[in-house]
Amino acid sequence: MSVDLSTSLGSLQLAAPTMTASGCAAAGRELAQFGDVASLGAVVTKSIMLNPRSGRATPRMAETPSGMLNSIGLQGPGLEAFLEKDLSWLVENDVTTIVSIAGGSVEEFREIAIRLRDVPGIAGLEVNISCPNVESRGQVFACDPNSASAVIEAVRAEWTSSAPILAKLSPDVTDIVTIARSVADAGADGVSMINTLLGMVIDVDNMRPLLGGRTGGLSGPAIRPVAVRAVYQVHAALPDLPILGMGGIRSGHDALEFIAAGASAVSIGTVVFGDPGAPWRVAAELGQELEARGYGSLREVVGAAHKG
Amino acid sequence: MSDAQQVKAQILSIEPVGSYFHMVLEAPTIAEHVLPGHFVAIAVGGIGSGMLLRRAFSIHRATANQSIEVIFAAHGQGTHWLATQQAGDVLDIVAPLGKPFALPRQPVPCVIVAGGYGSAPMDMLTQELKARGCSVDVVLGAATQDKLFGVLDLKRDADSVTVTTDDGSSGVRGRVTDVLPELIQRTSARAVYACGPMGMLSAVAKVSADNGAFSQCAVEESMACGIGVCMTCVLPVIGDDGVTRMLRSCVEGPVFRGDRVRWDDVDTIPEDAFGAPVPGGH
Repeated sequence: MSVDLSTSLGSLQLAAPTMTASGCAAAGRELAQFGDVASLGAVVTKSIMLNPRSGRATPRMAETPSGMLNSIGLQGPGLEAFLEKDLSWLVENDVTTIVSIAGGSVEEFREIAIRLRDVPGIAGLEVNISCPNVESRGQVFACDPNSASAVIEAVRAEWTSSAPILAKLSPDVTDIVTIARSVADAGADGVSMINTLLGMVIDVDNMRPLLGGRTGGLSGPAIRPVAVRAVYQVHAALPDLPILGMGGIRSGHDALEFIAAGASAVSIGTVVFGDPGAPWRVAAELGQELEARGYGSLREVVGAAHKG
Repeated sequence: MSDAQQVKAQILSIEPVGSYFHMVLEAPTIAEHVLPGHFVAIAVGGIGSGMLLRRAFSIHRATANQSIEVIFAAHGQGTHWLATQQAGDVLDIVAPLGKPFALPRQPVPCVIVAGGYGSAPMDMLTQELKARGCSVDVVLGAATQDKLFGVLDLKRDADSVTVTTDDGSSGVRGRVTDVLPELIQRTSARAVYACGPMGMLSAVAKVSADNGAFSQCAVEESMACGIGVCMTCVLPVIGDDGVTRMLRSCVEGPVFRGDRVRWDDVDTIPEDAFGAPVPGGH
């Protein structure tokens, strides 16, 4: 007997439940030596911005207990080079691709949406609103319901494709349900949660923050309970809003927690750095976890933890 | 580039050597693809470990269809754990990774420079260069005698070995760059191969260029993934088109041309780097 692991995020049908998390698998190509990338639910690409971007100074990384801090600063080749070199590879290899986009202003998000809407091979858009808004003293879009919804409204207005728009939410907010509701009202088809938590490590030999960017995003199993809580809260408040769950997923058991909390699919992020085969392994383990509990499909377990 | 493989590798032996550990891993499917300068990334801490990130080590030696060997220092939590492992234990490894040393097409005189256990890949490189008819003269440097590695093997395989130590406990008191200019001149070296701390590599690249030799430097940058997806291990490198880009030392390196790395700008984003922040932008 095998468990049906197919699932969906809004209109997007997925043959497999695990994806790569944005920023943790580049544009998929490097993982091809460890498994069949086309067999994943999707590759969620590293967030792409309009123009090439160097990112932040090194050190960009610090290992922390069951996790890590990163301060990459969205290094990337810019939209045109991404389409030419990265998306083309994904399309050629039949990879289901969710393109993550980032911007420093509402206008930049809008321009990217216009450029991408007619590009074939994009199964979904993940809008990374955890970037600083240069027009609002660097406040992160995702931390303010008005800024968050302004970005999603702008993207929605231009997005003529039927591929779903997912808003990626930051956990660094007072009430994540407020933000989820605002982006859903602005036209998001679903939410991805969670992004990293802001953190810092001090280098006490040099008496300064260790990372070149001073602060960094905390990720890995250390943040998993925070992510499960966030997914649970949003699913409780907005049960019809599809959720792509992520945050420290390392095993099929971890993934099942997210599904039970209300996620319809999951992304594997930081764990890929240490275990490049993890996106495939977690999917297989998830099937075993479901089977061991007598379930015939993943879909029947989405949000199951709310029924008790 | 041959694909990297993620495999379970049994430890065949693990022994202290001076200040370091010498570990032999059974990795028959990997060994035949290893070239000098390749590295291996090893998961540490066991199943469920709180240390998520692999530790990267240059490959010391590879025996086809059999094993790969690494040299490591137990200087952090992960490598301390590694040092407690024993023959028969099994490690999760990913290899071969990175871009190896570029080898000369002609049998030219070569010099190898290494600091501390940066000498780990250099005996394999020496054998490769000698097989191509190159002469190989080696400089090994360390803070103290016990931090030297590989002196005997290199004395056997290279044309000469010069040792320097900061405290004079072995060989010439001083730094590798104190003896390097004379060695390049005396051997008419065309290529210099280096592995060691960034400060040493920077100095070796400059001395090499000043003396008319190309340099190939294997850098040490802290990296999270080792496979090119995390973007943490970048450094500013000038491309063929003259443009500086922040390149990943795990896949575009760890070996770079010494004259292309902007050593003084490591740990910064140079203002003229591709995609660098612009005033008023973000």
